[in-house]
Amino acid sequence: MTFLAKPKVAHPSLPKNSLGFTRRDYEGALSTLCAGCGHDSITAAIVEASWGLAIEPQNMVKLSGIGCSSKTTAYFVSGGHGFNSVHGRMPSIATGANAANRRLNYIGVSGDGDTLSIGLGQFCHAIRRNLNMLYIIENNGVYGLTKGQFSASADIGTKAKKGETNFQPPIDPVLLAMTLGATFVARSFSGDKQQLVPLIQAGIRHEGFALIDVLSPCVTFNDHEGSTKSYAYTREHYEPAVHADFVPLEREIIADYKEGETLPVLMHDGSRIVLRKLDGAYDPTNRAAAFAQIQERMKAGEYLTGLLCLEPSQNEFHQVNATPDVPLNSLPYEVLSPGSQGLQKALARYR
Amino acid sequence: MTPSHINDFTIKIATVNGTGSASANTLLMKSIFRSGIPVVGKNYFPSNIQGLPTWYEIRVTRDAHVARSGRIDIMVAMNAETYARDVKEVAPGGYLLFDSTWPRPALLKREDITVLGVPLARLCNENFDGVRTRILMKNVCYTGVLAALLDLDLARIRELLAETYAKKPKLIESNMRAIQLGYDYARAELSCPLPLHVQKMEQTAGHLMIDGNTAAALGCLFAGATVAAWYPITPSTSLMDAFKMFADRMRVDRETGRRNFAFIQAEDELASIGMVIGAMWNGARAFTATSGPGISLMNEFLGLAYYAEVPAVVFDVQRVGPSTGMPTRTQQCDIMECAYASHGDTRHVCLYPANPEECFYMAVQAFDLAERLQTPVMVLSDIDIGMNDWMCRELKWDDAYRPDRGKMLGKEEVLKLEKFYRFVDKDGDGITYRTLPGVHPKAAYFTRGSGHTQFGTYTEDSAEYQLVLDRLLKKWATAKRLVPRAVIDATAGSRIGIVSLGSCDGAILEAIGALKAQGIGLNYMRVRSFPFSEDVEKFLAAHEVLFVVEQNRDAQLRALLTLETAVEKSKLRSLLHYDGMPISSGFIVEGVLSALQPRDRAQPKGAAHG
Repeated sequence: MTFLAKPKVAHPSLPKNSLGFTRRDYEGALSTLCAGCGHDSITAAIVEASWGLAIEPQNMVKLSGIGCSSKTTAYFVSGGHGFNSVHGRMPSIATGANAANRRLNYIGVSGDGDTLSIGLGQFCHAIRRNLNMLYIIENNGVYGLTKGQFSASADIGTKAKKGETNFQPPIDPVLLAMTLGATFVARSFSGDKQQLVPLIQAGIRHEGFALIDVLSPCVTFNDHEGSTKSYAYTREHYEPAVHADFVPLEREIIADYKEGETLPVLMHDGSRIVLRKLDGAYDPTNRAAAFAQIQERMKAGEYLTGLLCLEPSQNEFHQVNATPDVPLNSLPYEVLSPGSQGLQKALARYR
Repeated sequence: MTPSHINDFTIKIATVNGTGSASANTLLMKSIFRSGIPVVGKNYFPSNIQGLPTWYEIRVTRDAHVARSGRIDIMVAMNAETYARDVKEVAPGGYLLFDSTWPRPALLKREDITVLGVPLARLCNENFDGVRTRILMKNVCYTGVLAALLDLDLARIRELLAETYAKKPKLIESNMRAIQLGYDYARAELSCPLPLHVQKMEQTAGHLMIDGNTAAALGCLFAGATVAAWYPITPSTSLMDAFKMFADRMRVDRETGRRNFAFIQAEDELASIGMVIGAMWNGARAFTATSGPGISLMNEFLGLAYYAEVPAVVFDVQRVGPSTGMPTRTQQCDIMECAYASHGDTRHVCLYPANPEECFYMAVQAFDLAERLQTPVMVLSDIDIGMNDWMCRELKWDDAYRPDRGKMLGKEEVLKLEKFYRFVDKDGDGITYRTLPGVHPKAAYFTRGSGHTQFGTYTEDSAEYQLVLDRLLKKWATAKRLVPRAVIDATAGSRIGIVSLGSCDGAILEAIGALKAQGIGLNYMRVRSFPFSEDVEKFLAAHEVLFVVEQNRDAQLRALLTLETAVEKSKLRSLLHYDGMPISSGFIVEGVLSALQPRDRAQPKGAAHG
């Protein structure tokens, strides 16, 4: 047996969310990734975020492509349908699925190879369509399943495990998404759950395309000296610029921020994101200035993290298509068929 | 000309692409159709927007044939660039109509045809203003000339113009004026009507002139498709355009203005098939339309849908390959590509419509089969069917129709189960039960293209992997019982048969009639689907010699028959037509005759016999 079922045993004292579910109810199959893999921490953050949001598990749709990262959709929320598709093509599956039923929560998990190389086109076009989904990139700068080749996110000068140096410039998903007009762009680190969990929650609630690029070190192929995506390097060079707290509709804002430090942003469903500036000069609502700052810090080898770009989302996929509030997959056939009389009318010009 | 040429001749019109000739030609053809006379319209157009040569062929056929005749009786030569070859094509005793505004002595070289000159450019220059208008009206003007020569009813033409330009009444008048100019000139200067002309019949009532792409689009609409995703490619684009047109008219909520469909122009074919798979996985009926190059790009996803058992509907409007080939010319060259699209052991259900009527019904059937079998279904038409206007029977719709969603479990049903397993074959027919996202946590399962067990979990275990793969074979056997059966005519009682598919049908039926008149009776089987049903196997076994007629170089249908049935290869003789033009009956008649007669007889031009 190559699949390990995770025993569902929940201690009665485990905390429950408003639906009466414990965190265990948002878990999935046992991970088969390497011990210490950053991806597993992200999986844990997704579990925590979903539990916290009290999402009905069946309303979570998990989508992925191919690679280590893409395996993780099997490791959380086993009560939701999952689709592990083909390499780099998850966004098109997500587009079709979302078109069919706009009411579910779509969460796509991809990697830097899956998104920035083979899947770059589909990634860009999902942003362009402003597809209502949360897209997480588990970014480790390396191809893990094929044992250590550089990915398109590898930094100039970073060293492979076998000693080779990368000289090609990286494609940065955050800057790319900002260029393409994404209205929710974040970066985080798999080792920073406190930052990541509220980002995931806000990303799920954002009505439109939400990107979180999560630096997620590969312990096996990219955690050595000379790598710019190792745990040690990332811890040293990542700098939270904006902290985002997610406040669901049903909860009051707890006023523990000093005035002037925070910026509450209202979301479509009435929830709020409370932005807390950690870097005084950084403003995530000013796209151009934010872009320049991220780029500048990247040149210095540093990653600004947090909710780096946030704008009210407009023209989400279904708005553009003017589809009804009722999901297309639930429209009764009687509504869809023009019937024999409709056919006669349609054929008039062909007689 | 003998009276036998009344209502039995072919007009070919040579023009320049982008000069409005398409509407003039449609007008001409439709007015003959409205006079109760069966017609065939074939458009031979270039992969170009403006400037390259284009031809339109109208076959007036009182016997209601549906293929090209292969003979040209009247040539309307409007394109100086192609004069030389156009003149050559006219059958002896035929006519050539040309624009005599400028002298063309070279044209008069043929003694065995009648050359008719009409100063079309001069007539239009004198009567219309504006360069563009004059060019457009010149083409409308020859329609008037032909109306006089063929004895067409001008009232019919006016009626058609009124329908076409209902919203632009000015155009009705200007077009009619151009027609009258040509008509009057011909009546005054030429002897009208020609011996070859039309006479009213009553053979077109209850019929339509419609192209296959439009009919297929209507089928999708009536099947209840709500997600349409595609990437533009000739010659499939008009299928999507037609779907959008009908959906905009018939699928928009009157009160809210909301559209009960999503129409998505994808970034490429890889994305369009991904969207279809995602949408159908999530319970919406979805489809895409493409051509051979698009199928090539979709291969990986098609394999995923086969193995992960996700329904999908794909229309492949075939065009000439290999590679980019000739994008506006016809072939049946994707038979093998579609049957086995993708790596690994993969086989797909394919439907082969022969005309627009079948495009409509098979489109509906494709969705039902895809959901019943939980697998991609490909509908293979071609440019000839997809983009030419065919006379076919009025399309009928049964209001009692409801989509067959196949084995789909809802919340109540899932809750009754102890546990839901996606890939367990409960019924023994190889088809398992599926659920949709959002139903209940108990209904959730994981879809993957990697090795999986019958319980839906990941596996690299040999036995567990093989169990699922073998069940897919069982499902394939079930598919054989569900797909449309072949159309078989064994009334000739012959030991010789013709086997074919798709758009060859019209030419074959005509050829069988012609061969019968020569004392050669042939049985005929038109395959309509892959996998091949039992009746295909029986027909192959019951005949000593089988001519396999198809429009590709490599005998793809023959290859598929030898791979997938028990037929002896030596019984199958190929008649292959693959020059990009639709097949004609003459080609088949010659092919059969030369094969049945002594070996020393020369082979017909362009034919290959295997």
